[in-house]
Amino acid sequence: MTEPKLSEDIKKVVEKWRNKKGSLVMILHEIQNAYGYVPRETSLELSKYLDVPLAQIYEVITFYNYFKLEKPGTHRIAVCMGTACYLKGAPVILQELKELLDVEEGHNTKDGLFALDVVRCLGCCGLAPVMMIDSKVYGKVKKEEIMNILSEYGKEE
Amino acid sequence: MKKIVKAKINGILIRAEEGTTILDAAKKVQVKIPTLCKHPDLKPSASCGLCIVKVKGSNKMLRACCTPLDEGMDIITHDPEIVDIRRTVLELILSNHPNDCLKCDRNNDCELQKLVADFGIRQSPFTQVLRDLPIDNSTKAVELEPQKCILCGRCVDVCQNRQDVWALSFLERGMQTRISPAGDILLNESPCVKCGQCSAHCPTGAIVEQDDIGKVWEALLDPDKYCVVQIAPAVRASIGEAFGLTGKNMTKQLYALLRRLGFKAVFDTNFAADVTIMEEASEFEERLIKGTKSLPLITSCCPAWVDFMEKFHSDMIEHFSSCKSPHEILGVLSKTYYTQKNGLDPSKITMVSIMPCTAKKYEITRSNEMSASGFQDIDIVLSTRELARMIKQAGIDFLSLPDEEADSMLGEYAGAGVIFGATGGVMEAALRTAYYFVTGTDLGKVEFESVRGLKGIKETEIEVAGKKIRIAIAHGLGNVEIVLDKVREAKKNNQEPPYHFIEVMACPGGCVGGGGQPYMVTDELRLKRAKVLYQDDTDKQIRCSHQNPYIKRLYTEFLEKPLGPKPEKLLHTKYTPRPIYKR
Repeated sequence: MTEPKLSEDIKKVVEKWRNKKGSLVMILHEIQNAYGYVPRETSLELSKYLDVPLAQIYEVITFYNYFKLEKPGTHRIAVCMGTACYLKGAPVILQELKELLDVEEGHNTKDGLFALDVVRCLGCCGLAPVMMIDSKVYGKVKKEEIMNILSEYGKEE
Repeated sequence: MKKIVKAKINGILIRAEEGTTILDAAKKVQVKIPTLCKHPDLKPSASCGLCIVKVKGSNKMLRACCTPLDEGMDIITHDPEIVDIRRTVLELILSNHPNDCLKCDRNNDCELQKLVADFGIRQSPFTQVLRDLPIDNSTKAVELEPQKCILCGRCVDVCQNRQDVWALSFLERGMQTRISPAGDILLNESPCVKCGQCSAHCPTGAIVEQDDIGKVWEALLDPDKYCVVQIAPAVRASIGEAFGLTGKNMTKQLYALLRRLGFKAVFDTNFAADVTIMEEASEFEERLIKGTKSLPLITSCCPAWVDFMEKFHSDMIEHFSSCKSPHEILGVLSKTYYTQKNGLDPSKITMVSIMPCTAKKYEITRSNEMSASGFQDIDIVLSTRELARMIKQAGIDFLSLPDEEADSMLGEYAGAGVIFGATGGVMEAALRTAYYFVTGTDLGKVEFESVRGLKGIKETEIEVAGKKIRIAIAHGLGNVEIVLDKVREAKKNNQEPPYHFIEVMACPGGCVGGGGQPYMVTDELRLKRAKVLYQDDTDKQIRCSHQNPYIKRLYTEFLEKPLGPKPEKLLHTKYTPRPIYKR
């Protein structure tokens, strides 16, 4: 599953769930898992294929945080806003990231290099404030270090 | 017979049919429970929480709009605590609603504003947080201002469930919830067909008709312009409501009014409806007798229906009457026939249509054929609601105006022309003339009762020259698919078509229930408005379009014969499949 169209693979997914209760959410799940987002072209095709209005598909997609409408950035930054991190200054970290990257939470940077997300707890409160980039955890983050951390993720790809 | 339940409301014993809501039951004991999200025409959504009541024995408050009265219930509708909670609900709504009332389209006509006034709210205990959501006026028909939305869901309900258009939806949830087409695109890029039912059902100024009053004043002021005007059938039956008069035919006061506003000539769309019938009945005769094109024939007077068909049912294009809608026909005639006859320069004419409709605002530029006169045939469209505002601006005591007549001859109509404004009316008018075209004789009884009324889909058979003509009438776009699917099914199986003739009107009740009509429409009101039109028809000496002497003269002097080369050029149009989503 690479092309954001209603490829043969998605048709298989649709057929698997067709006529089952709650099928739309399950189909959207499989699409989200495969692409990291639900492309508009796919939703449009899905709407025709399932005979479900696009508006209804979007009502579902936008209701659940899990579904994304934008292609995710290459590197996902997750800033922890759990209680410990929050008290230890996570809002400052988040603000700095927003300013440095010129991006709002839940969105991608213009060059598509980063996606900025806020998460509830990364499970290492002792290291607060914590952020993760992809699978790497950064603990006791200071505002001044962020620029350096980001520079580790150049445009190598 | 339904079971009767007994209950108490504010200590008064009450009997009501099982299933009656507490809200409706309270009316029987002269109690009005306040509501905001509930529209009498729609199912309750129970979203605003204003109609809460106490029921003895229950520790939670129930919403009167969606709770049926139960045997033995003891209900309190008003006490200091309930009133206080209702006030808080309103204050919370105001906390993210702009304080734009003075400059809002709905100023003085807003359900939220009225409640806030009734509750005497003077302070804002909650910090105001306004959402940064852009205004969408991309359609030329309606304007969406989501910041003023209170999320009652009426527009979404009517757009999705009544009209089956699904242009509007709720996106996201919680504080972020908003009404928008799928994916924050513009309405003009969405499936929106401009029917305007959303605007007719909105309690606030979140969705309103595009206001074109300014353009009309400007044209009327311009000494270089020769302003002419036409009124649609349904407008005369509803405009009185804006001045407290329900169910009254205001045709003659409207003629007088429009002259006083400064229009040089006042025409009636009903005249053009008679022309439409001449053309459409001829098309029907051709299809039925000569078999030139396939049956059924489908009516095309309703621009929202045309847009809906082009987007969702473009396989039906071959069945569509190519005939333009009456107001477009009057537009082109005013800039050709009328100007030639009166030695006027068509480039100086400004033609204003007063319509019960928002889609007509879109229709005037929908294709090149809408400029068949060489100029845009209709310059400006005003809805009934806009005209009501304009009357107030002009300071005219509308209800006391003397009767006047329309200008000859684009104002002379047969009874058939005026019933266009009610569902089934176009069919009835067409049948009266088609019968004559096919048989050469006139009908003894011109009324077709079976095509009248508010049933969503009306099917009937009518005998014409020994042949049974099967017809179907659908109103409210949500009723269309069932009818069209029958046509498709027959086609697929190579069977005879299930119908010979189909009429569709986008709005429930037809134009009397149009998206540009006065607010708070219910079926009861739709019927009252329709009754005005049927009475106007009954009162007319001439009931059939082909008998209208001015129509005969128009064809002799100008158009020659129905479906001839001149009507073909001026009165007919083309259809094209359009994408449901532009992006």
